[in-house]
Amino acid sequence: MTTPPPPKGPEPKPTQRVVVTSPRTRAPRARRPYSGTREINEQSELGAVYMRTLIRAQRRLGLSVCLVAGGALGLLPLLFSIEPELGKSRILGLGLPWFLLCVVTFPMLLLAGWFYVRQAERSEREFAELVERP
Amino acid sequence: MTSGYAIVAVLVVALGTILVGTYGLRVSRTTSDFYVASRTVSPWWNASAIGGEYLSAASFVGIAGLIFAYGPDMLWFPVGYTAGYLVLLTMVAAPLRRSGAYTLPDFAEARFRSRGVRAVASILALAIGWLYLLPQLEGAGLTLNTVTGAPDWVGALIVTVVVTANVMSGGMRSITFVQAFQYWFKLTAITVPIVFLIAVWQVHGADSLTTPEYPAFRQDTEVTFPHDTMIHAEEPLYIKGIGEIDGKYVNTVGHGLTAGYHRIGQGSEFVFPKGGAVPHVSTMAHNTNASWALPESSGQQFPLYGVYSLIIATFLGTMGLPHVIVRFYTNPNGTAARRTTLIVLGLLTVFYWMPPMYGALGRLYTPELLMTGQTDAVVLVLPTRMIDGIGGQLLGALVAGGAFAAFLSTSSGLVVSLAGVLSQDVLRLGGVRGFRISAMLAGIVPLAMTFVATGMPVADMVGLAFAVAASSLCPLLMLGIWSTRITKVGAIAGMLAGGVPALTAGLVTMLTDTGNAWYEVLLSRPAAWTVPLGFTVMYVVSLLTQRHVPPGVQQTMVKLHAPENLGLDGSGSSSADERS
Repeated sequence: MTTPPPPKGPEPKPTQRVVVTSPRTRAPRARRPYSGTREINEQSELGAVYMRTLIRAQRRLGLSVCLVAGGALGLLPLLFSIEPELGKSRILGLGLPWFLLCVVTFPMLLLAGWFYVRQAERSEREFAELVERP
Repeated sequence: MTSGYAIVAVLVVALGTILVGTYGLRVSRTTSDFYVASRTVSPWWNASAIGGEYLSAASFVGIAGLIFAYGPDMLWFPVGYTAGYLVLLTMVAAPLRRSGAYTLPDFAEARFRSRGVRAVASILALAIGWLYLLPQLEGAGLTLNTVTGAPDWVGALIVTVVVTANVMSGGMRSITFVQAFQYWFKLTAITVPIVFLIAVWQVHGADSLTTPEYPAFRQDTEVTFPHDTMIHAEEPLYIKGIGEIDGKYVNTVGHGLTAGYHRIGQGSEFVFPKGGAVPHVSTMAHNTNASWALPESSGQQFPLYGVYSLIIATFLGTMGLPHVIVRFYTNPNGTAARRTTLIVLGLLTVFYWMPPMYGALGRLYTPELLMTGQTDAVVLVLPTRMIDGIGGQLLGALVAGGAFAAFLSTSSGLVVSLAGVLSQDVLRLGGVRGFRISAMLAGIVPLAMTFVATGMPVADMVGLAFAVAASSLCPLLMLGIWSTRITKVGAIAGMLAGGVPALTAGLVTMLTDTGNAWYEVLLSRPAAWTVPLGFTVMYVVSLLTQRHVPPGVQQTMVKLHAPENLGLDGSGSSSADERS
């Protein structure tokens, strides 16, 4: 820090060296004088970068979850169409299409949703830490 | 089928809805109460309310009916209705809540700062809402017709009156309670009977559902034909009764029905013999139970196109439904909106496990519905058919009550949101009085439409509403939220380019008979071509008109995406343009 330590009480040590300074007033300011919040509010370049990063991260996350879940489901009709024998195979007494669409799909969607919420909240927390850092 | 208990159940549900609504009247006093329940709703209440509102006639009776008639391709309806919430959760939920928009037109205006975009979004929201209300009313007519024999228009009229009166008196707050209650009631009404039905099926020896034979009458079955019906008999049948076959009046002791197509006159009553193969409506495929259980058994032309179009419409259409969007405003912030949506996913999952079982059991126990074409009634008829005596009657009453709850809750949600759009954008009447007048108008229009629409399966009609939403409002939301380059011109062009063809295709399928033309599936399942069209036009036109990017888009993005509690300008619940 810039202030000298206060002289200590009763037992002065004659050999102690004291550095005397004053606050620097003319030197250029340090690089991060503002919090990220202020950067964003003043619509600076840096603020725009913060926001772009958050939006990109969330968009990538959302699209990946949708594409993985939607892609996995979307392959099924094609698969059953190309390979009709697949539609006749049975699992646990149910035809494969019934088993996949009635039993497997719903928990999978739920899991995907849970994963998304967890990740999205995490990236928002990270964003908050980033912009609130003084 | 006609049962006193079922009538009582329907009456109880209708009266109960009115009572809870009146209770709401005492607590809702200000304009804000009317619109958004003053944003004091917890995630579980809110999620139950969303579930209650979302599980419509299509979910309660329609899905089972379609699976019963057309096989596993129709499983994409429940899967798509649920997956639509995953897309909503990942792409829209939190930003939409953070936008502070109450209706879709509000969002359009907040994002694009343009009355023009708002006007187009309003018109589309109205069209989608009315298109969605229509099958609810038709479903109500069908239910009442099935349980009491009343004409179709009676059920539609009752639903319209109850819903409109309720919305006019209580507004959204009472609706939130009603809706949340309705979810749990609907879940009970569909789950309890199926448990008993499966037990009975097991006791009967758990007959295979996928034998390589045609569905057969389990006993001598008397069938009344409410409409002129073209049927196809798979094998010769000896039937008794009075009626008209192929234009000839028959009232002899018995009549031999040859294999092949026959036209049965309206009002005919025939007894079909036990063990005989069930004829089916001419529009259905010639399926044995075994071939019915396979993919692409629906007999549609281009089944793969149909399935993919359905997937696109339901996955992307959910976010564009006007009554779904409104619910997000009652969350306190974006994070709560996400959690609510996740709970909704769970609630839908539990519910959608049930309808396919009804559809499958229907092949064994109520196959004559394949012949009359009233496949949507399978959920309603099964309990009384499978269980004799008072037990079956009570379960039948429970299902009928649940179905009626489904029509009431979805219609309520739609009328509330449509009234919001009407009062703000069309009639421009503010305050509680404007809301009431709008609610009345929102209910009357679809009631009038029921008289001109042709009898199409309710789930198919709902599918059309999804297709219009997916091709117009979905691009607006997705691109509006995630891209800064969308312009006013692009937004309007994209909504029109996707929405107008989808809407036209929907109206053509509903109001005319396109028969077996090759383009029939392109019209009845338009999403696969209209959705890409909407997205592409919106994006390309925006790139061409970059000079018209709305002002302050960066700030709008901050508002949509930044967490509320960071003290950022424009974000958070304290922002200026939030409805007070």
